[in-house]
Amino acid sequence: MSENAKITTFTGRLAPLPINDIDTDQIIPARYLKTTDKEGLGKAAFFDWRYDAKGEPKPEFVLNQAQYQGASVMVAGTNFGCGSSREHAPWALIGAGLQAVVSTYFADIFRSNALKNGLLPIIVDQETQHQLMSLAQEDPTTQVTIDLASQTLTLPDGRAVTFPIDPFSKHCLLNGVDQLGFLLALEETQAYEASHPQRVETTQFA
Amino acid sequence: MPQTLFSKVWNSHLVRPQTSDTPAVLYIDLHLVHEVTSPQAFTLLRERGLKVRHPDRTMATMDHSTPTTPRNAQGIIPVTDVLAIKQLDQFTKNCNDFGIPLYELGTENQGIVHVIGPEQGLTQPGMTIVCGDSHTSTHGAFGALAFGIGTSEVGHVLATQTLLQYEPKTMAVKVDGRLSAGVTAKDIILAIIAQIGVGGGTGYVFEYMGEAIRALSMEARMTVCNMSIEGGARAGMIAPDETTFQYVAGRPYAPKGATWDEAVAQWRTLPTEDGAVFDHDITLDANTLTPMITYGTNPGMGIPINGRVPDPDRLSNVDERVAMDKALTYMGLQPNQSLLGQKIDVVFLGSCTNSRISDLREAARMIQGHKVSDSVRMMVVPGSQQVKAQAEREGLHEIFRAAGAEWREAGCSMCIAMNGDQLEPGQYAVSTSNRNFEGRQGKGGRTFLASPLTAVATALSGVVTDPRELYTPEMA
Repeated sequence: MSENAKITTFTGRLAPLPINDIDTDQIIPARYLKTTDKEGLGKAAFFDWRYDAKGEPKPEFVLNQAQYQGASVMVAGTNFGCGSSREHAPWALIGAGLQAVVSTYFADIFRSNALKNGLLPIIVDQETQHQLMSLAQEDPTTQVTIDLASQTLTLPDGRAVTFPIDPFSKHCLLNGVDQLGFLLALEETQAYEASHPQRVETTQFA
Repeated sequence: MPQTLFSKVWNSHLVRPQTSDTPAVLYIDLHLVHEVTSPQAFTLLRERGLKVRHPDRTMATMDHSTPTTPRNAQGIIPVTDVLAIKQLDQFTKNCNDFGIPLYELGTENQGIVHVIGPEQGLTQPGMTIVCGDSHTSTHGAFGALAFGIGTSEVGHVLATQTLLQYEPKTMAVKVDGRLSAGVTAKDIILAIIAQIGVGGGTGYVFEYMGEAIRALSMEARMTVCNMSIEGGARAGMIAPDETTFQYVAGRPYAPKGATWDEAVAQWRTLPTEDGAVFDHDITLDANTLTPMITYGTNPGMGIPINGRVPDPDRLSNVDERVAMDKALTYMGLQPNQSLLGQKIDVVFLGSCTNSRISDLREAARMIQGHKVSDSVRMMVVPGSQQVKAQAEREGLHEIFRAAGAEWREAGCSMCIAMNGDQLEPGQYAVSTSNRNFEGRQGKGGRTFLASPLTAVATALSGVVTDPRELYTPEMA
């Protein structure tokens, strides 16, 4: 997914992963980072939880279960995405078909990376998280609707919970605005450089 | 209003302040780049016909996917993994095409990105420093604001030298008192993370302060700041002082002559002022601190080395109980057991947390004249070629080799295990690195994080050992 893909509303099924502190080494093990592309990382998502030593799918892992095929919203334990800064984590999750992850909070770098790729990190309170987890486990056909403009996640019973998102990321995602374009267009950078001496010159011994 | 160290550095780098609609735009003084998290950013630049705005504020090194195996007869470190070869070749091309200085594999200044910045004097107080690597927090030890970024952001900084950021909250982390013999900076940070948990610092920048922090050497301060991210904080800072200035002075990129005096005068204005307010604060007593070790699958699962593995059944929160059960199952440990005496297969001394010359000296003093247990493989991986060369000038490599340890080339090595240095499934390691996540050091591998002293004591006995049993005052 490119940096300027538009997101508005989508409806999807839930995949429950009731584990706290899921780190980016679980989301994509480091040995899959020897790539120069963003594409094709979906098959590496949760690789060591998904496949055994022989490379056979582990039947107990949620993404291997027939009833959760096609799920696009993962409900996870608290503090999702802790650990390394690898943007390969959201790339892998998107490659595995996810459009959003729901948790009570996200690690800072993961959340920032996810938002730049159109993977929505949806923060809900613990009660809602538990409710979604139970719904997803009891009935894999459970669907939720996520509407970015109104910042709501709507449960099957019609209850809508709001989720926070910073206004800039929301604006960029809704309108397909790319953040780099914003920085490139900024005139203040030149003025800053003119009034602040360079701290180190890395090329001085080159 | 009295200001914090963080707010001084933050405010002086605002290209554009935060508004109700947009994050702040922060100027970046130094961008460090490595082969693993940058390729897609260079691709973005090429696709959009962009140049690197300031190659002269950017420094590149190879560290993550590079082998640490011996050089061949030509003095070259051979890379055999085809994916690593492709990634490293692409990285060299990217740096050449965009004019970025690069420390190539095996050259005299190459090493772990968070070791080379301070070593070269590129890391200085009051700077903003970023890198596509979460352990960029290391550089905060100098009173810099330094944090890890994703690859999209690497592209933003390459193209514009700026970054969009919301202002984080601040947490004062005060460590009072004095460390006992055999207790180190690594034990301080493991104890902090055990106290707050791996998510406790989310949304915050830490400032470490207090008597025990002030007493630390510069390299020990780097060990503390390095693991800020393991407590969830993107950055951790320590106010610059005489220790800092002495460390920076005379390094290749440090200011010289009159410029040096001006720089130090400016750096002296950086520390947090009396009465400055933090959003949160915590306190730790160094006097009561013991060597620490982790037992689980995140760095927050740590205990005093003479303590016992917690019992999940005593946790009231169901989610936490499930998490700890899962961790103990993965680690093959029982609730309430001691880790002392636990058999170990591999000891890893290295990583951006603990691979600097002072770490190697400290380890060498303890290992000298002893033998690594026959049942243990001990790897010593210096953080950089400079560290390696210095250690060899001091004869440390001979001490490690005589003890039966492997003396290897510089790099991230088994901290991230993407270069072939890794545990076999089921193996136990005591590691001086920063992460004990499932599979982090090799699929199925089981990691206990600890200090270099604990690592050496364990290597010698073959089982987890309290380093205070071997520690003598001469080792200080």
